[in-house]
Amino acid sequence: MRSEYDTVVIGGGPAGLAAAIKAKELGMSVLLIENREFLGGIPMQCVHPGFGLHYFKEDLTGTEFIHRIIERFRELDIEYYTNAHVLEIVPYSYRHKILRVVTEEGIFEVRAKTVIYATGARERHTFEIGITGHRVAGIYTAGEAQTMMDIYGIMPGREIVIVGSGDVGLIMARRFTLEGAHVKAVIELMPYPGGLTRNVVQCLEDFGIPLYLSHAVTRVEGKKRVERVIVTKVDENLRPIPGTEESIECDTVVLAAGLVPYLKVIEKAGVKIDPATKGPVVNGYLETSVPGIFVAGNALVINDLVDYVVEQGEEAAEGAYEFVKNGGLPALKWRKLVKGRNIRLAVPHYLADTKDVTIYARVAEPEENVKLRFPEIGKEIRLPFVRPSEMIRVKLRGDEIARAEGRITMEVVRDE
Amino acid sequence: MSEVKKFRLTCIVCPLGCTVEVTIEGDRITGVEGFTCPRGKEYAIQEVREPKRTVMSVVKVKGGTFPTVAVKSDRPVPRELIPKIMRELAEVEVEAPVSVGQVIVENVLGTGANIVATREA
Repeated sequence: MRSEYDTVVIGGGPAGLAAAIKAKELGMSVLLIENREFLGGIPMQCVHPGFGLHYFKEDLTGTEFIHRIIERFRELDIEYYTNAHVLEIVPYSYRHKILRVVTEEGIFEVRAKTVIYATGARERHTFEIGITGHRVAGIYTAGEAQTMMDIYGIMPGREIVIVGSGDVGLIMARRFTLEGAHVKAVIELMPYPGGLTRNVVQCLEDFGIPLYLSHAVTRVEGKKRVERVIVTKVDENLRPIPGTEESIECDTVVLAAGLVPYLKVIEKAGVKIDPATKGPVVNGYLETSVPGIFVAGNALVINDLVDYVVEQGEEAAEGAYEFVKNGGLPALKWRKLVKGRNIRLAVPHYLADTKDVTIYARVAEPEENVKLRFPEIGKEIRLPFVRPSEMIRVKLRGDEIARAEGRITMEVVRDE
Repeated sequence: MSEVKKFRLTCIVCPLGCTVEVTIEGDRITGVEGFTCPRGKEYAIQEVREPKRTVMSVVKVKGGTFPTVAVKSDRPVPRELIPKIMRELAEVEVEAPVSVGQVIVENVLGTGANIVATREA
């Protein structure tokens, strides 16, 4: 092991692996650190298909998708640790960071010219979604339940209530049912399902699983293990309506209530956070506000497709490469990307005319027959529809960005 | 005149989720509407005649890196056979090492589909 690397990648999921592969291909010295006992991240527990349609032009299961990436990683003989945690990143100087790492062999320090932070996301938990009651056995997040069932072969429960109808909740409902559990209901706060219609069809309707829209689980009850949940109707302001409580008997509650970028370690290093994405503020190289720290994947912004996660990993590695080559990123004229009408979030936050960039964005409201507009640079893209659950991905070329003097607005407008 | 039946279904081929309407007279399909691609049309006809799905699960592994290996059917199987296939897979145990693409169960329940590994173990 060396004492200094061109880049240290934190996280061995799709974003981190893709970043490490790209960095190595560009000729950098790379170390990857993963906290689980295996490489691959979340796709290792995704036995369902829908992965890789953009990146490999094939419909693969999560496990097949990540297998291909891991094979490439192995071919390149990249150094890595599993079962290792980064305790701290110290931005020691502009060109050097020090990472304190704990591994099975002990605690040590690694010096890095750049860091690529690809730690993914954490799942929202009971207190964040207003569930009160007993803290008994049988409450899991969807990811925990998936790990138990699809990696370790343990059924988390038999009579299950799922909170959240995003694609994760829907896919888990099907998975539990196929494994012989009884999914009693999927509870959704909003008046419409959170996931794709095709997943509502093939994960719930195929199996006759009831979906409660405009409902919330407000309370979990039980002595040692979950015995029932209390479900309440909510009004248009998403507040529980008193007197509408209903009890559902179950032994397990599975929370599929959304993801939040997991930033514990870089937050301590002082990166600036965007309240819309809950991820770091980044420039077109996916560099955070701490020079030399790059971020990719769900730690940057919650993605719906692994293909985008891999792409961000590669972009971050290219950024790190520029940083190492030039002893820092070139001083560019950055233009702020401003969120206009019906844009809820967008990354990167700053764009420069010397660099083509891929923008990932989400709308606030579903709309049909719209145009995505960048008025300052005179660019318009017609879209048949936009939905909050489906990320918009759009490329801007450096010469297009150059047309704007100051800020660049991104907005959704009706196509008249 | 034979009886005319209309089936409304949501296409599950891609994320668009088109609503497709299939008209059947007797046992003849006389109309398919609402699809936006040829795969959608094919899906709707298949779904009305004999709904099929790809099965995905995990089976037990002896002596591997993981206690389970992820598997899928290498082609869609009749939907009503899925519970039976799942029960059969629950009995299966394979020896490590397992490689991606390795056949775990050949011609499962005579459907012509093989159950193949989608993860190493």
